[in-house]
Amino acid sequence: MDKPFAITLDAGSSLANKTGSWRTERPLYLNSLPPCNDACPAGENIQGWLYEAEEGQYQRAWQLLVADNPFPAIMGRVCYHPCQTACNRAQLDQPVGINSVERFLGDVALQEGWQLPVEAVDSGKRVLVVGAGPSGLSAAYHLRRAGHHVVIHDAGPKSGGMMRFGIPSYRLPRDILDAEIQRILDAGVELHLDSPVTDVMAAKAEGGFDAVFVAVGAQVGKRAYVPAGESAKILDAVSLLRDMEGQQAPRLGRRVVVYGGGNTAMDAARTAKRLGAEEAIVVYRRTRDRMPAHDVEVQEALEEGVLIRWLSTIKDVDAGSMTVERMELDDSGFPQPTGEFEELEADSLVLALGQDTDLSLMQDVDGIEISDGVVHVDEGMMTGAEGIFAGGDMVPSERTVTVAVGHGKQAARNIDGWLRGIPFEHAPRPPLATFDRLNTWYYTDAPKTVRPTLDSARRVSTFDEVKQGLDEQTAVYEARRCLSCGNCFGCDNCFGVCPDNAVLKLPRGSAEGDNGRDYAFDLDYCKGCGICVSECPSGAIIMIPEA
Amino acid sequence: MHSLFGNAAAVATGVFAAMRAKGRDTRVVAQAGDGGTVDIGLGPLSGMFERNDDVLFICYDNEAYMNTGVQRSGATPPAARTATTQAVGEHPGNVFGQGKDLPRIAMAHEIPYVATATVADLRDLEAKVEKAMAIRGARYIHVLVPCPLGWGSASKDTILLARLAQQSGLFPVFEAEFGEVTAVLPIRRRVPVTEYLQPQKRYAHLFGQTPDTETIERIQAQADRNLSRYHIDEVEI
Repeated sequence: MDKPFAITLDAGSSLANKTGSWRTERPLYLNSLPPCNDACPAGENIQGWLYEAEEGQYQRAWQLLVADNPFPAIMGRVCYHPCQTACNRAQLDQPVGINSVERFLGDVALQEGWQLPVEAVDSGKRVLVVGAGPSGLSAAYHLRRAGHHVVIHDAGPKSGGMMRFGIPSYRLPRDILDAEIQRILDAGVELHLDSPVTDVMAAKAEGGFDAVFVAVGAQVGKRAYVPAGESAKILDAVSLLRDMEGQQAPRLGRRVVVYGGGNTAMDAARTAKRLGAEEAIVVYRRTRDRMPAHDVEVQEALEEGVLIRWLSTIKDVDAGSMTVERMELDDSGFPQPTGEFEELEADSLVLALGQDTDLSLMQDVDGIEISDGVVHVDEGMMTGAEGIFAGGDMVPSERTVTVAVGHGKQAARNIDGWLRGIPFEHAPRPPLATFDRLNTWYYTDAPKTVRPTLDSARRVSTFDEVKQGLDEQTAVYEARRCLSCGNCFGCDNCFGVCPDNAVLKLPRGSAEGDNGRDYAFDLDYCKGCGICVSECPSGAIIMIPEA
Repeated sequence: MHSLFGNAAAVATGVFAAMRAKGRDTRVVAQAGDGGTVDIGLGPLSGMFERNDDVLFICYDNEAYMNTGVQRSGATPPAARTATTQAVGEHPGNVFGQGKDLPRIAMAHEIPYVATATVADLRDLEAKVEKAMAIRGARYIHVLVPCPLGWGSASKDTILLARLAQQSGLFPVFEAEFGEVTAVLPIRRRVPVTEYLQPQKRYAHLFGQTPDTETIERIQAQADRNLSRYHIDEVEI
């Protein structure tokens, strides 16, 4: 033995012991679908843009957002945020205030004058969009981004559709609306106002268009038959809200009754309050839990002093008063008359009983199927007529701005595929990142930031915006509350807990690792213990059996 | 330097003395398991503490002689089954009231720094090692490391069990300087000891068809005692 004193072994390393040979299962980095993204009607990558926002990369966050939805500032005000209802954080403390971060990003973009990116090569195709509402504008934007020449025709004097003529300015200030629409026009979309399309096929032929997207909305207020005396003042909510955009504010009187239970009924009652009505009473035939209006809207209306009479219908109307009948729900939840009547003093009655579409422009087109006042479209948003697509409130679906924007995107992708002869196909949906896949230990306890709300006393006297935005600090805090469900956010946990140092950390943002991550598994040493899977906060690693 | 089982403290203290004699300022770190620390190597370790030799000694405590076949050590907790404390007889598993609490023994030497940590909180462990290396004299860090094989638990639950040991109060995570406790890791989500014990097969005999509530209560009492002894606060969530 010719080794120095007290030394019996050569220097060695435990790297000689390839523990990877013990493995029967291996870990795999796999993105899954966060519930917010799953719930978004406009198909936004919410987790993705929150991740950028929390790093302070506002412009990158905004760019990721507008890749799906060109209206962040509008969304941040009028979207009913189904993303927050689906948010996994609700099971921990409170959902992430996604909507308020979206608004923050939208407002920053308007302040900074960021422009929508349009980089595609000119396709030489022309697309006609009928209707400059959320659906039409969204489609126009996405079609423009795909390189098509887009011309929008709208019957009204101003663009925006129901965003302008249906949503009161205290929810959506007009300067915000104008600015986000202008940005789409600046991207190279042509808009013609006061130019109604009366025959879609004729308009297509005249303008030499290759495809048409029709999104004329549902703008006709439903009139229910209510027996009324000659001097009774009855108007519909859609007209009332539309007239708010005119020069002369409508005159409603001191006591206003609104008939209906949807969001439009709430908007009409709140508008009546602001126009000086001492009392605005909503008459609705069912109960609150059956009301179609969104909870926030009902809550805000009640806070502003709007009164609601549940389980009531209006029998007849006369000058200065009306008769209301009390209803009862039967076993199947339908309201049934009770024969108990009551007089209600009122100067005017606003009907908010839903809206119908005016589809005369495509009534006689071969192949187009219209029933129950809506147009039927296939999965690709195409009507029965080749090259004629439709979306928004005029097709069967929930009628919200966000759904309309989503329709616009869907239609644009399918029109683009149709024009190019390569049918659009959805990317396969990854599995849903459910709450039980998360390891919530690693998230700090952080309750939600509440957006400042205008005092109700001050609210009813003005059309100022009711909800205010978050400042930068609170918006970043809110973005950081995101759990990043199902998506790696680079926390290094797997790298730290691996007992075999088998997680390799690659340069940040290099995406050279497994499935585009900044980490990779060294399978020579990974013995498949599964600790990285258990300790991944966002559930972005799974175990798969060895082949 | 890799020496023999149980003599880590003796070798480390010798290396320190030799380097000092040669006028060299070499920092010395010794690492050993719980058996080599609390049983076999305790004499030299106590001497090293007494002389306040400039050595950081780190003990990885998996609560038994796991490498040689899961024999009981002085760090094995009460009621735990090992190869030498079988789950048979009137009081199955390891006995109560024996064993050695080495962090407290180290503190009794009034050395500059004693700390405990678990593998469930790597940033805490990292900070404690950094702090220890900034101090001169004898220092001791005791790290709880679950052993899936010896504890009879799923490999993937290794970090979880270390976390539950701390969150139940059974394993207090603290720092002490010159014999006084100076910092304690609070409990964020307190759990009953059963949540920690139940996933481990070495405690399976406590949870049969007729659970051994008396023993479970004694273990719970140990956790409760740690809370008052170390003034461990619960964090409100």
